[in-house]
Amino acid sequence: MSLDLSVIAANWKLLAQGFLVSVQLFVISLTGALVLGIFVGLGRLSSKAWIYYPVTAYVNIMRNIPLVLVIFWVFFILPLFRGTSVSPFVAATIAFMIFEATYFGEIIRAGFQISRGPMLAGLASGLTHWQTIRYILIPIGLRRVLPSLVTQSIVLFQDTTLAYVIGLREFVRTAAAIDARVVRSLELYGFVGFVYLLVCLTASLLLRRLEERGVGHKSLHRDQEFDQTVRPVRGA
Amino acid sequence: MGNYVFKWNLLWTSPYKDWLIAGIGKTLLIGASAWVIALGVGIVVGMCRHAASRPLRALGTAYVEIFRNIPLLVQLFLWYYAVPPLFGTAFMRMPNLNIYVAIVGLGLYTASRVAEHVRSGLNGVGQGQYWAGLSTGLTHFQLYRYVIIPHSVRLIIPPLTTEFLTIFKNSSLALTIGVLETTGAANRISSFTFQGIEALTAAMVIYLVIGLTVVGLMSIIERRARIPGLYGRE
Repeated sequence: MSLDLSVIAANWKLLAQGFLVSVQLFVISLTGALVLGIFVGLGRLSSKAWIYYPVTAYVNIMRNIPLVLVIFWVFFILPLFRGTSVSPFVAATIAFMIFEATYFGEIIRAGFQISRGPMLAGLASGLTHWQTIRYILIPIGLRRVLPSLVTQSIVLFQDTTLAYVIGLREFVRTAAAIDARVVRSLELYGFVGFVYLLVCLTASLLLRRLEERGVGHKSLHRDQEFDQTVRPVRGA
Repeated sequence: MGNYVFKWNLLWTSPYKDWLIAGIGKTLLIGASAWVIALGVGIVVGMCRHAASRPLRALGTAYVEIFRNIPLLVQLFLWYYAVPPLFGTAFMRMPNLNIYVAIVGLGLYTASRVAEHVRSGLNGVGQGQYWAGLSTGLTHFQLYRYVIIPHSVRLIIPPLTTEFLTIFKNSSLALTIGVLETTGAANRISSFTFQGIEALTAAMVIYLVIGLTVVGLMSIIERRARIPGLYGRE
């Protein structure tokens, strides 16, 4: 069996359409998940029990079940409320939002849970409460949060492939449909994999570049053991 | 929502009960077997990433970047639809091929994540320990055997717990290549009976129980392995 890349060329329009659906799915889900994630993060930092406990339960449940199951849930439950069937695109988007919001929420919570020192220092130097938030909490928090948010967004982009299970014609489903017709699995799935690899690798390399430039200042974000590379001593 | 009639007893009547039980069995089988592959390959790749030799490091990096940046679903499709034809029809007709593919695919994917934890664990030990070990006259092998590995294993138990949890959740993707594991079984019950709420709730509870069990088990291991006074984790 030899590689025949003409399948890709012959079907590039379909494939491009499928990819576009994946991108739309990603952009809408990301926006929704970020907004919802901010509320989840705030809820997890809340001192009011009636906010904290429900939000925590929601986060813990979502983080312990597979995304595919959430997609099936939404796809099954929504029509019961609406009385009519729901398009796979809408169902998938909602599933991604409520699932990924818990991951974004935990990142935001961890990033903005900074020690009281800088906040107290701000207040002591005469800043108002709002000013300490504006000039201390938000700049520090955002820097700490940004790299992890980008990483999680890359994960979300890969997760959009799971809309496959409810029959949405995104990138993978499109390739599968073409494969059912022409039986060129290696070329088609290889191509799909290559495109994802290209997009996600570029994104993560860009992120690394940004981090080196100081967005997400080194001393301010995540474990330092990732940043410093210790190597064994050669030849003793 | 008004006219949905709950039939919870559906879950313990045949054949639905049997589907769910078979599903749990497959989830556990795939998750546990894939974990063995993930640990084995992950440790080797992680050590490559840490090695002094440049080609080995490049090889390790390539493995991690490729397996981490292609969606698991696409990887499974490649292993299931594209690879078997290369080995001929006898291989393609092998019984339970999809389960084996799920195990290998999930294992190799998770290995790339395990490798990153292994690397950060090895790096997390600190340069001083390397110098100290070598200056007391340990050979390279002894240095790793008695100093570095005992340290880094304890460092990476918490992140590996997370990966172990994730592998059971990710095993649900096996349904896309026709393995009726827990999620697949629940979805099948849902489409046969239209009692989706019951079936999907059952699946949810099963995953939560698996998750709690894994966390419990791993915290026992972590407590057993702890060196008193060395790491400040409660």
